[in-house]
Amino acid sequence: MTPTLAGLVASRHVIVCCGTGGVGKTTASAVLAIGAARAGRNAVVVTIDPAKRLADTLGLEELGNVAHEIPSSRWDPDGTALPGGRLSALMLDTRSTFDELVRTYATDAEQTGRILDNRFYRNIAGALSGTQEYMAMEKLHELHEEGGYDLIVVDTPPTRHALDFLDAPARLTRLLDNRVFRFLMMPAHSAYLRAAGVAIQTFFRTVGRVVGTEVIDDVVAFFRAFEGMEQGFRERAASVTALLADADTAFVLVTSPRRDAVDEAKFFATRLRESNLSVAALVVNRVHPTFGETEEIDALRERAEQLTELSSSETDMATRNARARLAARYENLASYASLGARERAELADAGQRIGAGAVVYVPSLAHDVVDFAALNAVGHYLAPSPGN
Amino acid sequence: MEMERFCAGSRVMIVAGKGGVGKTTTTAALAVAAARTGASVLIVEVEGKSGLATCFGAPPLEYSEAELGPGVRGRTLTPDRALLEYLEDRGLRRISKRLVRSGALDIVATAVPGMKDILVLGKVKQLEQGGAADLILIDAPAAGHAVSFLMSARGLLDAVRMGPVRTQAEGVIAMLSDPARCRVLLVTLPEETPVNELIDTAYNLEDRVGVQLGPVVVNAMPADLVLAGRSVAEDAAAAGVQISAAEIRALDEAAAFRLERRALAQEQANRLADRLPLPQLRLPFVFGEIGPLEVDQLADALVDAVAALPTPGP
Repeated sequence: MTPTLAGLVASRHVIVCCGTGGVGKTTASAVLAIGAARAGRNAVVVTIDPAKRLADTLGLEELGNVAHEIPSSRWDPDGTALPGGRLSALMLDTRSTFDELVRTYATDAEQTGRILDNRFYRNIAGALSGTQEYMAMEKLHELHEEGGYDLIVVDTPPTRHALDFLDAPARLTRLLDNRVFRFLMMPAHSAYLRAAGVAIQTFFRTVGRVVGTEVIDDVVAFFRAFEGMEQGFRERAASVTALLADADTAFVLVTSPRRDAVDEAKFFATRLRESNLSVAALVVNRVHPTFGETEEIDALRERAEQLTELSSSETDMATRNARARLAARYENLASYASLGARERAELADAGQRIGAGAVVYVPSLAHDVVDFAALNAVGHYLAPSPGN
Repeated sequence: MEMERFCAGSRVMIVAGKGGVGKTTTTAALAVAAARTGASVLIVEVEGKSGLATCFGAPPLEYSEAELGPGVRGRTLTPDRALLEYLEDRGLRRISKRLVRSGALDIVATAVPGMKDILVLGKVKQLEQGGAADLILIDAPAAGHAVSFLMSARGLLDAVRMGPVRTQAEGVIAMLSDPARCRVLLVTLPEETPVNELIDTAYNLEDRVGVQLGPVVVNAMPADLVLAGRSVAEDAAAAGVQISAAEIRALDEAAAFRLERRALAQEQANRLADRLPLPQLRLPFVFGEIGPLEVDQLADALVDAVAALPTPGP
């Protein structure tokens, strides 16, 4: 029970869960939203690519990109939660979110059509690294502006470096700012373009030789179609950035005890700090359990060795086997003890370096967390709320 | 099957799987096991992560090859460098510099999905055909990116109708779909969600990429603990040793935890075997942080697991 994490869930308006892939980020996001709903708040969780069974649990199979409410009978079957709580969920659909955005900022249906049909746009909307992150932030903005939720929990995509979403708004504007393409967007009769034209056109002829001229045509057509919309996009990006920096927004880092995941978490915390954002909590999933008094790892190992020796010098079969089995158990206990000690030492150190307000450990669970009973069980470790 | 024969199946082996399942560890163990048979091994890292070098206790990999251990070399392969090299080989050095410097590469790469992947795979193909090593191991990006990574060549044929990039894509497809040249080894943990995702990835890769799948590596299987149904107290009495009540409890609990984990892992590995008709190579759970010693142990386990694979008929 960590008051800080429970406090976040009860008081903040936005919680962004970050971490590398495979560390239980989506699960943590769902658990935090449930915690808020149980505390009587109106909460929504934006999931990104949840495992299929978790998606089923959250009712995300048919209802994708639009938030829908989950009846409280499902997440609070015993009726122990505080009254007034509501839980909604949605699964981010990058493409539809982007299409929506284009419709919002296009001056007319004709411009919308030209953009949505453009091949370069279709690739950006579907595949550009960073688009998913940008759209997650876009969805956050939309829910913040229009949803009327007390708390919005956002899962982030499992990107290689887990922090692309911070750059995502800037990346799109950078694309729009690209010098080469500013030339392309100029009206064809511009004297400036004619002057710069020869060099630029030579350049593109060569690029065309490598990837084919139609690619260039698509790109040029896209940038021309986009004309007049950049300002809207830019303002939106600035407003998302402001929302992330708001005092009512909290970042929760999710990790596993694996060294590479912890390293990523540290790196991520550094990046957040560079953006003047701070980590409110560090959630560590899949921590190995410890058994009994496990400080004396060497003593346990020594005992295992002694028993192995005693076993090999023993002639009586029953005694020999019993000693071998005991040796194996001591070795096993020593292994878990040393693993647990190493994990905890590294994580405590990481928590301190990161400057996380709270470090919360969730033990390695026997089964995958795919239903509300299991989600509520994780809630016990993560954040206390009435009835949890 | 003998390790030597297993390694000789194809020159390129792509090790793929979801993030955090132990792809890099598996790649390292496979490299060590292959090098022991006398083969020269080149590991290619495509994601810019440092884990691989750590496995060998070596400094981070770079674009140029470095020795990682006896018979094992390693290098990275990034799209930008691969593109520069590719264009320079074709006398387009000046253009390539401008492409990268002006940021136009990013735009071109966006316009042509899979462009970066194809540059990397094209370079792999070049290494393969140049005989850079007897065995070239690719530590692939995390799935489902692995599917798009390997799908890139086909996607590209739709987007680009002419020019050298198209030629490159065709060459890559030829390599990927020839089992004598290239195989994909999928790695998973014996847990529900990773197993489900691996099954999806396997069918996707076979149907959509047409790539030959090698055995599935099931990583981090807890080793057995033979207790013959005896409790600690019973064994302590039979062994004639004194153990405190608290220690008895700790020993019992730790043993029970391990056995429970083992049973769950076996259940998942068996479920995988039922749903996906591919042979499995099961690797043990390693307690320690992965370093050269642990990689050596995993290589031993891999050799044993490969030995247990049926040898295909002549």
